[in-house]
Amino acid sequence: MDFNDTPEEAAYRTRARDWLESNVAEHKAQGHADDMAAARAWQARKAAAGYAQITWPKEWGGGGGTPIQSVIFGQEEAKHPVQYGYFTIGLGMCVPTVMAFADQATKERFVGPALRGEEIWSQLFSEPAGGSDVAAIRTRAVRDGDDWVVNGQKVWTSGAHYSDYGILLVRTNPDVPKHKGLTMFWLDLRSPGVEIRPIHQMSGGSNFNEVYFTDVRIPDAQRLGEVDAGWKVALVTLMNERLAVGGGGGAGPKEILKLAREIDAAEGTLLQEPAFRQKLADWWVQSEGLRNTRMRTITALSRGQTPGPESSIGKIIAANQLQDIGNSAVEAEDQFGIIADPALAPLKGLFQSAVMNAPGLRIAGGTDEILKNIIAERVLGLPGEIRTDKDAAFKDLKA
Amino acid sequence: MNFDYSDDQKMLKDEARKFLDAKCPVTVVRGVLDDDTRHYDEALWRGVAEQGWLGAAIPEQYGGLGLGHVELCALAEELGRAVAPIPFASTVYFVAEALMLLGSEAQKAKWLPKIASGEVIGAFATSEGPGPVTSTSIRTSVVGNRITGTKIPVTDGNIANLLVVLAKDGLYLVEGPVESEVLTTLDPTRSAARVTFADNDCERLGDEDGLSAMSQVFDRAAVLLAFEQLGGADRALEMAKAYALDRQAFGRPIAGYQAIKHKLADIYVKNEIARSNAYYGAWALNAGAAELPLAAATARVAASEAYWFASKENIQTHGGIGFTWEADPQLHYRRSRQLSLVAGAPSTWRERLVTQLEQRNAA
Ligand SMILES: Cc1cc2nc3c(=O)[nH]c(=O)nc-3n(C[C@H](O)[C@H](O)[C@H](O)COP(=O)(O)OP(=O)(O)OC[C@H]3O[C@@H](n4cnc5c(N)ncnc54)[C@H](O)[C@@H]3O)c2cc1C
Repeated sequence: MDFNDTPEEAAYRTRARDWLESNVAEHKAQGHADDMAAARAWQARKAAAGYAQITWPKEWGGGGGTPIQSVIFGQEEAKHPVQYGYFTIGLGMCVPTVMAFADQATKERFVGPALRGEEIWSQLFSEPAGGSDVAAIRTRAVRDGDDWVVNGQKVWTSGAHYSDYGILLVRTNPDVPKHKGLTMFWLDLRSPGVEIRPIHQMSGGSNFNEVYFTDVRIPDAQRLGEVDAGWKVALVTLMNERLAVGGGGGAGPKEILKLAREIDAAEGTLLQEPAFRQKLADWWVQSEGLRNTRMRTITALSRGQTPGPESSIGKIIAANQLQDIGNSAVEAEDQFGIIADPALAPLKGLFQSAVMNAPGLRIAGGTDEILKNIIAERVLGLPGEIRTDKDAAFKDLKA
Repeated sequence: MNFDYSDDQKMLKDEARKFLDAKCPVTVVRGVLDDDTRHYDEALWRGVAEQGWLGAAIPEQYGGLGLGHVELCALAEELGRAVAPIPFASTVYFVAEALMLLGSEAQKAKWLPKIASGEVIGAFATSEGPGPVTSTSIRTSVVGNRITGTKIPVTDGNIANLLVVLAKDGLYLVEGPVESEVLTTLDPTRSAARVTFADNDCERLGDEDGLSAMSQVFDRAAVLLAFEQLGGADRALEMAKAYALDRQAFGRPIAGYQAIKHKLADIYVKNEIARSNAYYGAWALNAGAAELPLAAATARVAASEAYWFASKENIQTHGGIGFTWEADPQLHYRRSRQLSLVAGAPSTWRERLVTQLEQRNAA
């Protein structure tokens, strides 16, 4: 166990730090039109220097680096205000799926632009009839010559409104059990017949969408994997999803500590209240535990092991902690706590925003309950759920 | 960066597990639990001494193996798993560590070889009554080189021949045996006593103020104890899992019911959080890093929570049989209480943790 950098790691860190110093300054000086423009510019800059997708091979525009180097760069980058979330789903989940299942020409066409932030990808899996139970989806694709014709509806599609492409899971055979009749495609989200309608979230934002398909034609050449073998392809995406999603997003122990120093309590500040201190310690233990768990995963990766479903614990802990810290902070602000206006609320309303966004985090990328099932079944080897739908043809299932 | 045991350390751990599987089956633990007159398992103690474990982290010049603290952590994890009924923690994590940290050359040369060989059993005497140990709770005092006072409870105080004692103005070494009375405790697989010093000979250990010396020893012990707790928590999860797969109710194994599956998943999550924090603590201890006090507190709180949760939900998973004397879940339930309190309660450690965070932020 050595939490210090090796000499090579230290050298890499120095290079990354130096690069970030000068490039963040130049990036800021450019003055971007909006957040998206800034995100694209920063992504392109990183890609040119081999810092976008550090672990991807160089031939694909990656950094050809190690998982540890990727962590080091992430640690250094986090010190600068250049975090943009637009590319996470594409680079973390969609493009790796394309890379695993598409032909050479398709890969060459898409990997570079995605890496440079020129094109954004969405994951079109969930439907009104199938979220946790992804294989219950109903969107149909019917073969017509060299094309497939798609009809149906997706929902909760993050970023679809600003995305260019997507990976799409559809039903191609309703006469077999549900997992056996699915097929995966990639598609242009501007294809005729695709309609994207933003959904208003309880948090006030609109980051996810309904996506409707009316006679959308997708060439068979855009298929990822075999016909009716889409479940296998989807599992690759879902595995990567658990690695890609995670972080609670800002409202952690350090932030609430800051608040607690400043806020008055019955006697002294909130930070002096014994009950608060006990909770703060538990939050610290969890977030440190998570940080070090990620480091253990990286160590396993760097030894050539594949990360298992263990990474599920990250999201369970982070999302629940965000909700808990957010709520404790809001309660500590007392009557003032209901104010969400960033101009008035402490720390620019960070905790109010945590309270309103945490419910989504506990659901997106697998609910707490589903993640616990995964841990129980795939890590601990406990029996699977009773499945009455397993062998029945999809068309005979109750809606 | 490397966040795992090395291959050599894994090998040591595997060997330790094999040794304990052979020499410390549950019958050995029960031998001590069921017999009020036995305070530890002497054969196991001798065996562990012969393996060199008592001196794992003691430098070779003092008769130890001169391995690092990470190796000692690996052994602790296995001892915790086995619920080993021996005074290993008192002797190694507290007394040997106190000597290595604070002892004079002469004190180290005199005592460490005897600890490494198993000749000496140690005990660390701090508490004098309910509640955390504070400057006002300590009444034990030293005049000249004579110590007077009562410590309760002192784990292994009745079998120790070397005690490190917290007095008002510092830590002292006292040679045993000392006057003691065995106590009824939550965990009879480890013994504890009320120890009385009535003008006993003593020798100053280090020249620091008592509470600060105690807390430095506690930081070191906390990391090592966290590994025992982790080993125990893992074992409790394994027991719960094995039983859940075996026990049928309503026509299928209870492991198939989500309430049980999610319970075990929750145990797993807490254990992994505890493991990750313990690893960080091991590194801080081994490297003598400035982060040790914070890392130790983090490791201790996480491990105490994990072991408590795993041990109580293990009993729950076992149903009625889990509440019987014959069933083994109680061994971990008892031990989890003993280990969580022996170096100060989790609430005390949470307080220490936040104090560290405050200081860090101020720096
Ligand atoms: C912010 C956000 C972003 C998202 N982004 C995307 C995206 O980009 N692309 C995409 O395809 N999807 C996306 N999703 C969808 C997300 O994957 C689903 O919402 C999620 O998997 C849950 O599905 P559901 O909403 O249908 O809930 P349901 O599956 O209907 O679940 C309802 C409740 O039942 C519980 N439940 C269901 N099955 C079980 C079971 N077997 N055992 C125990 N409890 C169970 C759930 O845990 C939950 O509490 C997003 C969701 C959110 C909130």
